[in-house]
Amino acid sequence: MSKKLKIGIPCSEASLVCDKSQYKESSFWEKVKHNLHLLYCKACRDYAKTNNKLSSIIAQSKLRCMDKKNKECLKNEFNKALKEENFN
Amino acid sequence: MPKHLLNPNKWIDLYADYLFNFTISRVNDREMAQDLVQETFLAGLKSMKNFKGEASERTWLISILKRKIIDHYRKINSIKGKAEVRITSNNDSETEGDWLEERVADPFDKTAEDTMQNTELGEAILNCLSKLPEKQSEVFRMKSIEGIETEDICNELNITASNLWVIIHRARTAMALCLKENWF
Repeated sequence: MSKKLKIGIPCSEASLVCDKSQYKESSFWEKVKHNLHLLYCKACRDYAKTNNKLSSIIAQSKLRCMDKKNKECLKNEFNKALKEENFN
Repeated sequence: MPKHLLNPNKWIDLYADYLFNFTISRVNDREMAQDLVQETFLAGLKSMKNFKGEASERTWLISILKRKIIDHYRKINSIKGKAEVRITSNNDSETEGDWLEERVADPFDKTAEDTMQNTELGEAILNCLSKLPEKQSEVFRMKSIEGIETEDICNELNITASNLWVIIHRARTAMALCLKENWF
């Protein structure tokens, strides 16, 4: 029995690959299938365009957040002070 | 009656990242930025009685933070002779005798306008991020801003990879919609 190559993917899978691609986590074959899907699906083309734009503006902003550990420490310190303040 | 009220119980969750990003773009030192943010929250807590309710909670905290940043710069520049010109010392014999200006000046350095635009953009992103449901916001922040590996996020939050991608998809759609008006 011959194996058929499954090239067409549904929109749900295309958007998943598109999201993974933003973090460089999609495989070569997934990218090929995604690009083929984009050829005939305007909705996914629009989604990919918006998604790429979102990634580029996040990179452009050079946004930095407090890491989780430090945030937890800050929360603990602040909650202590808050309790004292309420107590007084 | 005041238009805005203070709710310090939610300050850290709502404003810690926003204040941190605001600070780090001005002091460029993670530890110092964290200290200044902590001082700001504590100062806010102590001066809650002075809050008139005319500005939003965030604006009020930012005004305290701005004063803390100014105080920080005053402090480091107050002692005579402490002013420091940061030039990378270069003992490489090949470049010996090169013009010092060439080493100092960076022709590709960003203009003040670019920096300001990036700061505004960062603030807009954090603003949109704060509007997402907690789980989406957390996963999106870890994955897109902190750049943590998928596996590590799944382990930390105890979720499966497919669950993570569903959350990411929802968060990205909501973020794009939120940012569309001004930044797309």
